[in-house]
Amino acid sequence: MTAALLTWSIFLAQILLSLAMACAAFRLLWGPRAQDRVLGLDTFYSNACMLLLTFGIRTGSSLYFESALVIALFGFVATAALAKFLMRGEVIE
Amino acid sequence: MSYEVELPAWAAVLTALFLLIGAGLTLIGSVGLLRLGTFYERVHAPTLGTTLGIGSILIASMLFFSVLQTRLVLHEVLIAVFMTVTTPIALILLARAALYRDRREAIEGVPPPALPPQEPSGSTVS
Repeated sequence: MTAALLTWSIFLAQILLSLAMACAAFRLLWGPRAQDRVLGLDTFYSNACMLLLTFGIRTGSSLYFESALVIALFGFVATAALAKFLMRGEVIE
Repeated sequence: MSYEVELPAWAAVLTALFLLIGAGLTLIGSVGLLRLGTFYERVHAPTLGTTLGIGSILIASMLFFSVLQTRLVLHEVLIAVFMTVTTPIALILLARAALYRDRREAIEGVPPPALPPQEPSGSTVS
């Protein structure tokens, strides 16, 4: 009973996170301006981090944790670099 | 999946609850990102997912692995601390870049400057 509850709630959480990623992908692809696309990319990264953690709970292996940490780190670096690019026109001056 | 057999009922229920809370909050934040009107409204919405949403999912993960391995598994705190520190920095950089771009192109609906405009002394981009 509780095993089925956990399985189905993990499945539902994955569906909800996938819908959230779809919303972020829409904003990433059809954002009116460049800053909307960067914001969509940031949201996409954090949602992917959460989806990887959910996969880790589903499979019971802690291997997904490292990839979630790396995705979170890349998301910050990408957003900071793209914001710098929007501000100044180049990333490394 | 065989691991769920040795998981007690309270841990399974709490893990499921925190997972659904986190995923639901993340979806609400992303729908806000999709539906809100201007960029300055939109920049607030995903922070719902990056604070409370990822916090709930990390609590679920910590609880699940602690009960499953019968020891305290706390390395998810790393992601929580990292997200809490980096999300405001990244979004404030992005909001300042957007403000700079909008003011340079004189687009309507840009928030006014907080201070009265000083006399122009070159390009004061910090």
